[in-house]
Amino acid sequence: MDLSALASCLITPSCVITQTTSGLIIGLLLFLVAAGVSLIFGVLKVVNFAHGAFYMLGAYFAYTAYQLSGNYLIAVLAGGIGVALFGLVFERLLISRVYGSPVLMQLLVCYGAILILDDLVKIIWGADFLSFGMPSAFQQLPFVFAGGVVPVFYLFLIVVALAIAGLLGLLISKTRYGKIVRAAAVNPSMVSALGINTGVVYASVFVLGGFLAGLAGGLAAPVRSLTAGMGTSIIIESFIVTVIGGMGSVAGALVGSILIGLVRSFGTIGFPLFTEGLMFVLMAVVLVLKPSGLFGKGGA
Amino acid sequence: MTKRAPNGVGRRSVLKGTAAVAAASTIGFPFVSKAQNKPIKVGMVTVLSGRVAILGSASQKGAQIEIDAFNAAGGLGGRPIELIVRDSKAKPEEAARIAREFINSEGCEILLDADTSAAAFAIQEIARETGILTIHTNSETSSLTADPKLHVPTAFRSARQGIHDAIAGGSYAAEVSKAKKLNRWMGCSPDYAYGRDSNKLFFEYLKRFHKDAEVIGESWPKLFQPDYTEQLTKILQSKPQAVYSCLWGGDLTAFIDQSSIYNLFAQTEVFAINIADYAVLTAIKNLPKGIHSGSRYLSTFPPTKENADWSAGYRKKFNEYPLNWSWENSAGTKFVLDALKKTNSTDSKKLAEAISGASISVPYGVDGKLTMRAGDNTLINYSTGWGQTIQKDPFVPDVKSVDWKMILDLETEWKKTMKYI
Repeated sequence: MDLSALASCLITPSCVITQTTSGLIIGLLLFLVAAGVSLIFGVLKVVNFAHGAFYMLGAYFAYTAYQLSGNYLIAVLAGGIGVALFGLVFERLLISRVYGSPVLMQLLVCYGAILILDDLVKIIWGADFLSFGMPSAFQQLPFVFAGGVVPVFYLFLIVVALAIAGLLGLLISKTRYGKIVRAAAVNPSMVSALGINTGVVYASVFVLGGFLAGLAGGLAAPVRSLTAGMGTSIIIESFIVTVIGGMGSVAGALVGSILIGLVRSFGTIGFPLFTEGLMFVLMAVVLVLKPSGLFGKGGA
Repeated sequence: MTKRAPNGVGRRSVLKGTAAVAAASTIGFPFVSKAQNKPIKVGMVTVLSGRVAILGSASQKGAQIEIDAFNAAGGLGGRPIELIVRDSKAKPEEAARIAREFINSEGCEILLDADTSAAAFAIQEIARETGILTIHTNSETSSLTADPKLHVPTAFRSARQGIHDAIAGGSYAAEVSKAKKLNRWMGCSPDYAYGRDSNKLFFEYLKRFHKDAEVIGESWPKLFQPDYTEQLTKILQSKPQAVYSCLWGGDLTAFIDQSSIYNLFAQTEVFAINIADYAVLTAIKNLPKGIHSGSRYLSTFPPTKENADWSAGYRKKFNEYPLNWSWENSAGTKFVLDALKKTNSTDSKKLAEAISGASISVPYGVDGKLTMRAGDNTLINYSTGWGQTIQKDPFVPDVKSVDWKMILDLETEWKKTMKYI
């Protein structure tokens, strides 16, 4: 524990800028995965533990697309669209069969899917780790604001992730589709009684979640080492975010993710040996003070 | 009435005997011959899945190249070696279970522990309990063989060792530090046994050789952490003149890629002991120039024709570069095979006696030889040195060898400090 270093950082503009940017980038990439987890749980009531594997698939799809096209934008879209399509098949063939099943059954199905997907990745792309490489457009010196360092690529990621968060927020809160999704989350029987095909709504939410996870994988690929099983750590953090933010709340996922990012970035200065633990402490504090999460509705 | 031969053996007895011989020659002799050709089973427990799957694949290939040559030359009196490989998924408890299964169910007579250090300590205890010949081919944690309390007469290490690397790295880094006046250092190593051991020992020897060196901060990413942003920004804030890291594999490539976008390499000298291994060198798309690295395995170090040929042979056979784990497993297997030839037996005690203190001829040893030191059953005299990266093959062109006499002298001193001797 080095509280003096943390205090010194908090009064130094360069440190605050660098660590805040660092927290934002960790948090916003996490948000893209956590938002899908939260939406799927909120609407489908399914604990999709395989969502981390979707993130992994997004990174691998983007890698292949980048190898073929050399274009990062195409690669990211390939990651998002590829996983969205995969998510549709996955939901129709597998997940739709465990709607309403006990959580244990859902977890077993998802865990089985994770093992299969990890093995498929090894068969298709090999067991060795892969490196995407930084697109040439971002191979630039980082920006320096008041002594704080912000890489160009991270600035791009922050802008894109915030834009996606904004669009997602608008989609859920301002559109007819969003109203249906929110209604389905509260009372699917009533939605069905109104003549809306809830099966299609569920599938679309799953596709949307998959699209976001795939985008996150593609966006992060240039600064990650690609390996089978790379989704495991992000799914654990995503569930922590979901608990902190409140199950089913996109705004909660955003706030929870950024909180986790900031806790990690500043925690590494003040608590270098306890950074991971700080996330769980934060979760425990939220659970004690507001068991349904910061943006959750009702009881836990 | 039965007619008897003059010596009292009846015709029927002769016929029965003939039939028995005939039967034996068609059924019995092949059976005996089959028993003689029964493969000698060698069990390898390693990691074949997850982020360190490359460890298992390189380990398996390293061992297989030696076993194939041995079998092609007729095996042990006609008995070939059969390598059985199982995945521990990097879980020590699973590695221990597999090791026991190898002995109790699979009939393995020799164990190759090609797993991580965490598993090596569990397997060492199985070796103690069962007395089976065990070669730890990948664990670099020094205490495994240095601590006499852990000593098992039939267990050996054919891998490089943390203390050796720390002395070699510390002396090289001190030389560079003195020349470039690098006094403010930081560490960024993975938060588990190997990372802590390597970090501590590296700085211990750096400060021993360069008194002005000061460690101004440390950062401990967890093993397999995907994002190092928080560690990198901490490093940038602390403004060290040099950084030491023993991150490895995919973690190291992610760290390098992420460091590049912060332009870290222009602001500080980076000493990353595990870069000079082809798995990392070839994976990083934009390998920064000038990173200091220890030699893990390079086909150009030692710069001999034999080493280049070994590397080329490996690449031809497996269509990929050999790695550090490749030579470590190749060496461990070769010690076993040489001992099998020497003793003409699979008895663990006899094999262990033959391996203890033995030397083998291999291209990646100093002067073409590796020695399994008697006493602590560990490998010495492997090629070790440090150099700086360039962006293309040969990646680390000018590797400076480190003197093994100095390594061994300081290792003895370290053992005394640790009360191992």
